[in-house]
Amino acid sequence: MGIVSLAGVSKRFTIRVAGVPQTVHALQDLSFDVADGEMVALIGPSGCGKTTALRIVMGLERASAGRILVDGEVVNGCGHNRGIVFQHAELLPWLTAYENVAFGLEQKGVRGGELRDTAMRYLELVGLAESASRRPYQLSGGMQQRVGIARALAIDPSVLLMDEPFGALDAQTRETMQAELIEIQARTRKTVLFVTHDLDEAVLLADRVVIMQKGRISQIMSTHLPRPRLDMEAMRSLPQFAESRHRLWQALHSRAAVAA
Amino acid sequence: MTVSADTTPQDLGPAPDRVGFRPPAWTITAASVFAFFALWEWFGRDVNPVFGSYPSAIFDAFVVLIKSGKLLNGLIDSLKPFLVGYGLAVIFGVPLGLVIGRFAFLEAALGVYVTAGFAMPLVALVPLLILWLGLGFMVKVAIIFLMAVFPITINAWLGVRAVPKTLIEVGLSFVASPATILRRIVLPATLPYIMAGLRLAVGRAVVAMIVAEFFTSIGGLGGIIINSANNFDTATMFVPVIVIVLLAIGLNWLIGYFERRVAPWQAEIAGRNE
Repeated sequence: MGIVSLAGVSKRFTIRVAGVPQTVHALQDLSFDVADGEMVALIGPSGCGKTTALRIVMGLERASAGRILVDGEVVNGCGHNRGIVFQHAELLPWLTAYENVAFGLEQKGVRGGELRDTAMRYLELVGLAESASRRPYQLSGGMQQRVGIARALAIDPSVLLMDEPFGALDAQTRETMQAELIEIQARTRKTVLFVTHDLDEAVLLADRVVIMQKGRISQIMSTHLPRPRLDMEAMRSLPQFAESRHRLWQALHSRAAVAA
Repeated sequence: MTVSADTTPQDLGPAPDRVGFRPPAWTITAASVFAFFALWEWFGRDVNPVFGSYPSAIFDAFVVLIKSGKLLNGLIDSLKPFLVGYGLAVIFGVPLGLVIGRFAFLEAALGVYVTAGFAMPLVALVPLLILWLGLGFMVKVAIIFLMAVFPITINAWLGVRAVPKTLIEVGLSFVASPATILRRIVLPATLPYIMAGLRLAVGRAVVAMIVAEFFTSIGGLGGIIINSANNFDTATMFVPVIVIVLLAIGLNWLIGYFERRVAPWQAEIAGRNE
């Protein structure tokens, strides 16, 4: 299972501008569903609230109004049915790659041989079994993010949440990681909700793209690329890729022009 | 940079592997210390021995104190309350600082006492402590504890405040309990601050040790200082002073060594080669 449902989610907070309190509407009446096994991208310009939306689904922030359901259960704080991958991996620097993956599992109550086997299996899944005893500062940015993905997947969440997971990586590493994510998703059939500002990434990875502007959904668009999408090179040369990318570009830019 | 097509490769010779002469740091320290003692010896000999002394005279006094056994006994007498007081300050101060930094309620309730305690002129309270605890071992422990505990607590407290929120969120995301977040995320992230607090506290605890020996029952290294000063034996007075300085330097080194053992990632992250 892995069904996410947002209904009327809003987020307000108050900031003081030159001493005068102002209410900021970070999110307004956000409603969309993510089906089981689906990959959905949240895209939009900086400050559009896409990361806030993801953090609310994770339970790291509380919605001011509305309701979030994951597998029919109301989200009220963090839970083991959701795993998150942060933009900058956020590995614990004093733990090895293995211990970082094990940390998440331990919080779920996994112990002993099962802990070792599961942590190693997920390090293998992201191709880092041989670096298990390295500490984060001994890993490249891409490797760190792989550990972050392994840590999130190891607890076997029904939904994987990713906050611009490859945004901090160089272009080549990013493409490798995107291909790996597609492969991992094809194998694990996880439901994935991810934030990005990269059009290519949204089109290549997502089944549907939620386009956000100023805290609102401006459009929800399906990409029509066939699955599985294991061959990235072939995907990019498909006419559907160019067409979807163009539609997405138009959606983002026309709205931005209107807003500006 | 412009590169013309007809440029022929030139032999630039071996790449310079260092710029100028860089002696290792410890040789600079050693030379500096040697120069300091040489100058002290040179000028110190001209000073009336009541008003000052010089290294060779201090060394002679050192030999006398060692042979009589007074120095070793004094050192042991001083170290006992020092270790107990400092140890208690660590055991009490580190957890206190961690929980004050982590829980806003405790910060509001207890933070003010820690700040006040750090600024408190402890020497003024020594007579009161004597009334409470007498002149023996306990009062010395109390004075050393009170001087050492506040810098340790404050550093742990500030360290917790400086822990990146994102690392706490890692704990929250995986549904770690508050105790787990404190022990497995906040504590290791705060270690560099805690270690800095332990170093600061060594200096304060050493001062407290001598103050305690001056004001309570005269004994230990402080006792040697005050007795020889009363006899105008300045050379002998300098011996425990130098022993104490060496002791503090040694303890600082020990804490640094310990820090590299428990937090090896820290030096790597900061790019220090230690």
